Amino acid sequence: MTAVKSGRPSGLSPAGGLALAQDPAAFMRERDGRKSLDILVRGASCGGCLAKIESAVARLPGVALARLNLSTGRLRVEWTGALRSRLVVEAITSLGYGASAFEPAKADEAGAKTERDLFTALTVAGVATAAIMFLSEPLWFGTDLPQETRTILRWISALVAIPAAAFAGQPFLSSALASIRSRRLNMDVPICLAVVSALGLSLFETINGGRHAFFDAAVMLLFFLLIGRILDARLRRQAYTAANALVAMQTATATRIAASGSTEAIRASDIRSGDMLLIAAGEQLAADVEIVTGESEADLRLVTGEIEPASCRPGQVLHAGSVNLSVPIRVRALARADQSLMADVARLLEAGEQKKSAYRKLADKAAEIYVPQVHATAALGFVGWLIFGATPAQALHVAITVLIITCPCALALAAPLVQVVAAGNLFRRGIYLTSGDALERLATVDHVIFDKTGTLTLSDPVLSDAPCRAGLVAEAAALARASHHPFSRALVRAAGPGPVASDVEEHPGQGVSALVDGRKARLGSAAFVGVPPGSGSELWYAVDGRAPEAIHFEDCLRSDAHDTVARLKRMGLGVELLSGDADVRVERAAVAAGIKQWRGGATPLTKARHLEALQAAGKKVLMVGDGLNDAAALAGAHASIAPGGAIDVARLASDCVFSGDSLAAVVTIIEVARNARARMRENFAFAALYNILALPVALLGWVTPLIAALAMSGSSAVVTLNALRLSREARKNAGAAP
Amino acid sequence: MNAFLFMLPAAFGLALAGLVAFLWALKSGQFEDPQGDASRILMDGDDPE
Repeated sequence: MTAVKSGRPSGLSPAGGLALAQDPAAFMRERDGRKSLDILVRGASCGGCLAKIESAVARLPGVALARLNLSTGRLRVEWTGALRSRLVVEAITSLGYGASAFEPAKADEAGAKTERDLFTALTVAGVATAAIMFLSEPLWFGTDLPQETRTILRWISALVAIPAAAFAGQPFLSSALASIRSRRLNMDVPICLAVVSALGLSLFETINGGRHAFFDAAVMLLFFLLIGRILDARLRRQAYTAANALVAMQTATATRIAASGSTEAIRASDIRSGDMLLIAAGEQLAADVEIVTGESEADLRLVTGEIEPASCRPGQVLHAGSVNLSVPIRVRALARADQSLMADVARLLEAGEQKKSAYRKLADKAAEIYVPQVHATAALGFVGWLIFGATPAQALHVAITVLIITCPCALALAAPLVQVVAAGNLFRRGIYLTSGDALERLATVDHVIFDKTGTLTLSDPVLSDAPCRAGLVAEAAALARASHHPFSRALVRAAGPGPVASDVEEHPGQGVSALVDGRKARLGSAAFVGVPPGSGSELWYAVDGRAPEAIHFEDCLRSDAHDTVARLKRMGLGVELLSGDADVRVERAAVAAGIKQWRGGATPLTKARHLEALQAAGKKVLMVGDGLNDAAALAGAHASIAPGGAIDVARLASDCVFSGDSLAAVVTIIEVARNARARMRENFAFAALYNILALPVALLGWVTPLIAALAMSGSSAVVTLNALRLSREARKNAGAAP
Repeated sequence: MNAFLFMLPAAFGLALAGLVAFLWALKSGQFEDPQGDASRILMDGDDPE
């Protein structure tokens, strides 16, 4: 099979290109007669888009406010009167932009507030640092300064430094207290200790007219540390927003049937167990349901990975993510996780997530080594100087300068800086990280498992190259245009625009019949046209008085699947294919992609088990998958990636989501992650080296306020520049690629 | 010494004014959408099409 076909421009569209039924009315809020709606707009990137979208929405009757935030892609619309919310969304989609209503998450607002608070603290620390520097300069260089001038300058410094540190140090203090309470010391404990002792020592020296005061160092410390803290918070919020945006794009609504028989649009999240729902043809299920009335077919690609639709009848259970294909059905929503498949998946998901949260970050490991080492050295310095005949005040002075000079500025900046730069690089290529420490885990994988349907292949099947009668496709397409069946849609795509046959009738689970040139024509399964069943991946077309003819379909491999697999192998990674689809098709895809290890017919459980076995054998597995049947494996894997078309559960269980049709994103992600990890390790190594050099200087009592200030800002600058190298490398790579 | 009495309050007053101005800008949402604001300044008041 020649599997290489050109891709379709999908972006982050739902799998199969099926439009999700989303009624924005479910997201509309009303207060004092004023209605408001938040919409996530995709594709708006310039001032022109902004103007077009805002003016198009503002022109709608009754609209009082339409403001698009270009940085986040969120549009807020407020209006009065009878305007229907669907029209607002349509006004945007008709301009060619993607639009989906969403509910602004509360946690997101909390994240924004934390970031703003940190930023305020940073500003205060920054201004205070500048002010104290300005006072410190004469103290550092003015050797002939009279003592009373020194004392005045120090008192003014104290007046600035102590309130500023009390304000800007709050984030560290609260975290340090929490860590002491939980008896697990984190990096904030030595930070607080250093700041408080530096301020105390400086105040003591100022009162007693001593030699050195470290007001500048104490505040500068907070300034640098806050930068690291803000970057960290921003990364986490970005990951969170990305995950949220993905959900917003997929958030479906459902049509609930009230007891009175009337229908209303509700949010998928508002579906309660026992609700009666109406599922239109072509609609994706937002919850697990049991069919009450109606016989139809369901597309289970996202659930099981099988590309052939399954027929379904009353009493049968369908899982979220299935698509109803032929006729509208009435269903009853089931409570989550009370069905065998869902329960298994939910349990495995939970287990996987626990394992993941047990992963210890590089920075945490560094802190564990760092904290006791520094405190032991400070204590050692104190005791040592006492033994060599220093006064307790002098010995304490040395111990405190050890704490100040070794304070983990570089260490605190090392990881977040690199992560932010790397996440930015990925973001520009349409790759979204959904967890903060994902990069570290992605960098260490040594084995890649691909799912087939929707991951290695595009989610839509295509016409195979098997020869068929000329004109057959065009004739059959007239019937196919009336059907939601994935094969029919593939047929229509191949045939292009054309007429729809008359008197079309759907036969659920079998096919469609219609009149063509006055004769009855049928398009559907083998049984429907009365021939013995074939391989299953074909449609039969029969016109009265003629022998039925078959049209074959096949999976369409992503155009760069073979190339990607080869590159992964060159990078030293093992590659494996694990799919829920039939063995024949899995083998074909594996051969076409150049994967030697493959396995078909895998259930969610066998996928997760296989993964566990591999990881137990010491492999670090990267799972790439898109379906419900992959979700458990995605959550349990060392690291995981989902394509943009994946089902919600799979996206949320993944560390990373890539948009577009190119599988090369997997290689890019691993490369960027490996680079980032290398930079992080360099930064940690540098921070360690810095400490090794600075410690003897502090222990010998040679640290002056000037040396402390230079050491702190110098080491932070080195770490920053090293992290920024990542950005330059990315630009170079982007320039080399076509 | 007299220079101190004059320069220090002036310098600190300016620094404080800058700090307050920045915090006000932060609080009033001027950094919420840097990309959008950069484009908005180029738009005419009336219909852009």
